[in-house]
Amino acid sequence: MDEVVKMKAENVNFFYGKTQALKDISLDIHAHSVTAIIGPSGCGKSTFIRLLNRMNDLIPHTQLIGRVYLDCQDVFSHAADPVELRRRVGMVFQKPNPFPKSIFENIAYGLHVNNIKDKDFVETRVIESLKKAALWEEVRHRLHESALKLSGGQQQRLCIARCLAVSPEVILFDEPCASLDPISTAKIEELILELKKEYTIVIVTHNMQQAARVADYTAFFLLGELIEFNKTQELFTAPKDKKTEAYITGRFG
Amino acid sequence: MRKFKEYIIEKLILASGLASIFFVIVIFLFLLKEGLAVFKIVTPANFLFGKNWYPISEPPQLGIFPLILGSLLVTLGAAIISVPIGIACAVYIAEVAPVRTKEILKASIELLAAIPSVVLGFIGMVTLVPWVKSIFKLPTGLTALSGSIMLAFMAMPTIVSIAEDALYSVPRSHKEGALALGATHWQTIYRVLLPAASSGILAAVMLGIGRVIGETMAVMMITGNAALMPHSFLQPVRTLTATIAAEMGEAVVGSEHYFALFAIGIVLFVISFAINITADLFLHRKR
Repeated sequence: MDEVVKMKAENVNFFYGKTQALKDISLDIHAHSVTAIIGPSGCGKSTFIRLLNRMNDLIPHTQLIGRVYLDCQDVFSHAADPVELRRRVGMVFQKPNPFPKSIFENIAYGLHVNNIKDKDFVETRVIESLKKAALWEEVRHRLHESALKLSGGQQQRLCIARCLAVSPEVILFDEPCASLDPISTAKIEELILELKKEYTIVIVTHNMQQAARVADYTAFFLLGELIEFNKTQELFTAPKDKKTEAYITGRFG
Repeated sequence: MRKFKEYIIEKLILASGLASIFFVIVIFLFLLKEGLAVFKIVTPANFLFGKNWYPISEPPQLGIFPLILGSLLVTLGAAIISVPIGIACAVYIAEVAPVRTKEILKASIELLAAIPSVVLGFIGMVTLVPWVKSIFKLPTGLTALSGSIMLAFMAMPTIVSIAEDALYSVPRSHKEGALALGATHWQTIYRVLLPAASSGILAAVMLGIGRVIGETMAVMMITGNAALMPHSFLQPVRTLTATIAAEMGEAVVGSEHYFALFAIGIVLFVISFAINITADLFLHRKR
């Protein structure tokens, strides 16, 4: 675990039209650690994680007040380029979303859009990414088959490999196990613990056990507010806020 | 009583369904009956590939090759113009345009589809034809090119609206996945959205072409209607449809000419049918 702050949200307020989805959120994301965001549905946790790579830019009529920093640079400033940001901050989505292409092309896609054309390099990188995502052994003989033939869990690991291939610094996981069975979930969790050695990880989850298992830090969101943020161990064993306590002991949510 | 009502309604729906199939079959049989008679006079090969169409000379020469080429040439030209513009327009509407512009564009494209073809033909005749004539310094502006340009306008609404639907139905997760990898907007469109929507876009193109090849009024007004072997876009041509429309009134019922026009109908029917089937195949290929 590292104390360097990789990303930082500072007094972030976010609006969908007139509805305020995030209220004055300030949060530090430490490098080479896993930060989990937990909270009941509609608490703004997905909205928050999608701010970190400016995915919410795609939604019309939204407004942000506040700042988000990556390595001390304001990612929403006029000079900042969302495309460049997304190359440094990758994302794995709730539902596996492989492209309707072959396994190989899915992973090579990110390299192609970055104008990397050297065939040998692409091939090495594809294999390397599949190995890191613990998928290589399962697909090594069928790299050119359609990615849609893989199981849900394999598809999600493929999406992780696809994300790793462009060498991001931060990886955002938006409920990555929501549509997976327990065995696939266990594999993804194991993978996340492995990946934090090299990457900074933020994971949104509605599963508190998952947060307790993988995260170094945990943030609890409720109705768009950050109620409590602490080291996971402390948040789960000695919550400072009554609402956090109520949530983690299962009294609501 | 309720069961009886259900029964009646079900049978009525069935009857309406069968009626439409029945009419198609009857029309086709009628076409065959009237059209096949022409092959007593010319062989199918001479009919399809004969280079001379002089239906009222003595003996009549019934070769429709120039007409087929005329139709193909005009259609090809229209496709070359309307397909790239139509797809680009669909991409703009589906992906790039701000909400208000999108609404305005969609409405105006629907409006374009609502213009009767005879009106389009008329406008083409008084504006486009003189332009073509003076730009290319031709003796007449009634050419295949004029027809192609005019027909491109007619194919555009079909291509744009169906291609836009196809782009719209690509799951949003594909787009987000590409953007999250650091793809630019254009890279996302070009490498993810267009390939994912390709079958729908191909269907859009086929249906647009189907519309063009069956179009009669506008082409009759502005392609010059000379049943000669076409050698370039800058010549008058005559299409299959225009031939039927122009000559059916004066053909004597039961004459060779009359049968030949029905046989042209069969050829058109087969072409449209093939195009629609292809479009259907593309549409259903997309799982």
